Amino acid sequence: MNVIALSWWQLAMAASLVLALAACTHFARLGMGKSLLVAAARTAIQLTLIGMVLEALFAVGSLHWVALMGVAMLLLAGREVIARQKYRLRGGWSFGIGTLSMFISAFSVTVLTLVAVIGPDPWYAPQYAIPLLGMLLGNTMTGVALGLDRLTESAHRSRDIIENRLMLGDTWTVALGDFRREAMRAGLTPIVNAMAAAGIVSLPGMMTGQILAGSPPALAVKYQILIMFTIAAGTGFGTFAAVAVCARRLFDGRERLRLDRLVAG
Amino acid sequence: MTALTLDRVSAGALQSISLTVAPGEIVCLSGPSGSGKSRLLRAIADLEEHGGSVCLGDQQQSALPAHSWRRAVMLVPAESAWWFETVGEHFEAPAPEVLREVGIAEDAGEWSVARLSSGEKQRLALARALTRKPAALLLDEPTANLDEDTTRKIERWLQATIREQALPVIWVAHREDQIRRVAHRHFTIDGANLKEREIRQ
Repeated sequence: MNVIALSWWQLAMAASLVLALAACTHFARLGMGKSLLVAAARTAIQLTLIGMVLEALFAVGSLHWVALMGVAMLLLAGREVIARQKYRLRGGWSFGIGTLSMFISAFSVTVLTLVAVIGPDPWYAPQYAIPLLGMLLGNTMTGVALGLDRLTESAHRSRDIIENRLMLGDTWTVALGDFRREAMRAGLTPIVNAMAAAGIVSLPGMMTGQILAGSPPALAVKYQILIMFTIAAGTGFGTFAAVAVCARRLFDGRERLRLDRLVAG
Repeated sequence: MTALTLDRVSAGALQSISLTVAPGEIVCLSGPSGSGKSRLLRAIADLEEHGGSVCLGDQQQSALPAHSWRRAVMLVPAESAWWFETVGEHFEAPAPEVLREVGIAEDAGEWSVARLSSGEKQRLALARALTRKPAALLLDEPTANLDEDTTRKIERWLQATIREQALPVIWVAHREDQIRRVAHRHFTIDGANLKEREIRQ
């Protein structure tokens, strides 16, 4: 099957649609024409840059460069988790917890998938490793950010409840129990919904891209299923780890609720 | 029979507070708002970082797991919180007699917490705490939301329970008449210290 090459002027036509939308939002006085244009420009610039980086990376193909790229992606994802928190833990704990849990879940699931499932040669072949890691990190990041945000927000809002339960002699795990479960659910909900709706409501972006780029649909579907499952696992384990560690950090050794460890972000 | 002993406890504005509350004794504490009464109760319940040491009998606060300590030395806050749908879920076991004693219908277990009045909440919070069989009580204005008749009723019930179970009690109170009725000793807050006051009958 042939891939129809896209030229820049064809992208420019798509860009004109965004410009038209920006003009509409301006006339409707939504006050977001500027942010829309900035976001669109960022998409174009960031993706162009990453395209160049990926081309170079694919050409070199060494483990070091792939690992370096992975770490850079991880740190950026960690920063993004922080940016999405209404309250975060002081002293870099939120960054540490978010990054570490994404590292543990996204990296291990990626490596496992590469080695045991896809099996490219070498196993770290960048055209498999980097997109897979990117998909996993992006989704795990959402789960971790949602989970942490929900947990710290409900601890902040429900201080009276948590402390009253502590006063009655409940352990910190019992006192926080419902909020911890809620936070984990919040982190897992997007991927559960995405899996449930996949193929019915929407064709997932990756699969669509693959089909547009010329892959046979049956193969694209297989890859999409693989991605969905790995994303679910990565998001799930990452959210579990992040929420569990953050929950522990909200209490000290004497099981006191330590909201002073939170700072409004 | 265990006494509650504070040895040079410092928390917030209060510094180096030493005090022994005997079993069955009610020590009332009063002082302007913001003077550190609630903070002191929280320190005794180990909900705040604090200096000095607290003992229940010969049991050191720091030697027990925090949740075991709080189950023994139970703080009932001025404003109680409710987190389940119904009242009954907040009790470890059904306690019809205790509910009757605080003047609440025995079917209150089925009530929705969203419909409780502030007075009902306050009485239910006391009942909830006492059914957990604490060994000492820290009461933060336990009758602030009650009318005159109910206040008297709850005072008598608390006094009887405290005597029966020989609980050492620190009771934060504002009203002079209540302090006269319930206190064995009365302290006010004087800067960073407690100052004992005579109780005029």
